[in-house]
Amino acid sequence: MNHLGPPGTVFYLLAFATAFSAILVIVVRNPINSAMALVATFLFLAAIYAQLLAHTIAILQVLVYAGAIMVLFLFVIMLLSLTQDAEVTPRLSIHQVVGGATAVALVVGLVLGRWHEAGGARAKETLARFGTLEQVGGLLYTRWLLPFEAVSLLLLVAMVGAVVVAKPRI
Amino acid sequence: MAPNQVDSQYYLLLAAALFCIGMFGVLVRRNALVVFMSIELMLNAANLTFLAAARDRMDSNGHLAALFVIAVAAAEAAIGLAIIIALFRNRGTVNVEDIRTMKY
Repeated sequence: MNHLGPPGTVFYLLAFATAFSAILVIVVRNPINSAMALVATFLFLAAIYAQLLAHTIAILQVLVYAGAIMVLFLFVIMLLSLTQDAEVTPRLSIHQVVGGATAVALVVGLVLGRWHEAGGARAKETLARFGTLEQVGGLLYTRWLLPFEAVSLLLLVAMVGAVVVAKPRI
Repeated sequence: MAPNQVDSQYYLLLAAALFCIGMFGVLVRRNALVVFMSIELMLNAANLTFLAAARDRMDSNGHLAALFVIAVAAAEAAIGLAIIIALFRNRGTVNVEDIRTMKY
């Protein structure tokens, strides 16, 4: 028990699907297609979260990210009617070259940095309850109660702020 | 134990790749909406590291951190998209290279 081995087929399938759809998000031209690829990314990530025994977060990922947030994105894309805004001229600016090179350098650095470190396999015997709604909810309403209330206040403020910012005149 | 217990190093590598894909999108794409989606990708990469660390230590507090990231991302999406709508209404574009001034 508790051996953490090299990844199997399931992990590779999910990881490549996630990375592929994430790349699709940033390479396709139409924002609608980007949004759809992002939904796919979130769903694959939810599967990966479930693989990480984070079942509650996986469900929240589907509900909040793939559901609520992406619906918001799609509404905005449709509201803006971005037909005239297609990036038709793929001229490269210096910002894009520098920014892209920085991102590539970061991924190289991160991968090299992680590659030689041994993963800590410190799984304990609390596996059966780990990541369940019972355990996460118990922590949420005891130890993390104040941050939870603060987040609810934050969401209220964000809601009011979104209405105020998006209205043409109050 | 289920046979899918993968060493968390691989999850961290996937998270690094996702974060950098998102960063690439933020730095290279010009459509503000796609930039925004890339930010969501980066937030998800951060969540993946939280959950991998939580699984490593069998500590559910990492799940709570991911939960708060999701909640804050929801608030951020609402505000950010409202700002994009306001920008589009005032400037008629969501191209981030055309939006160079805060006010005019």
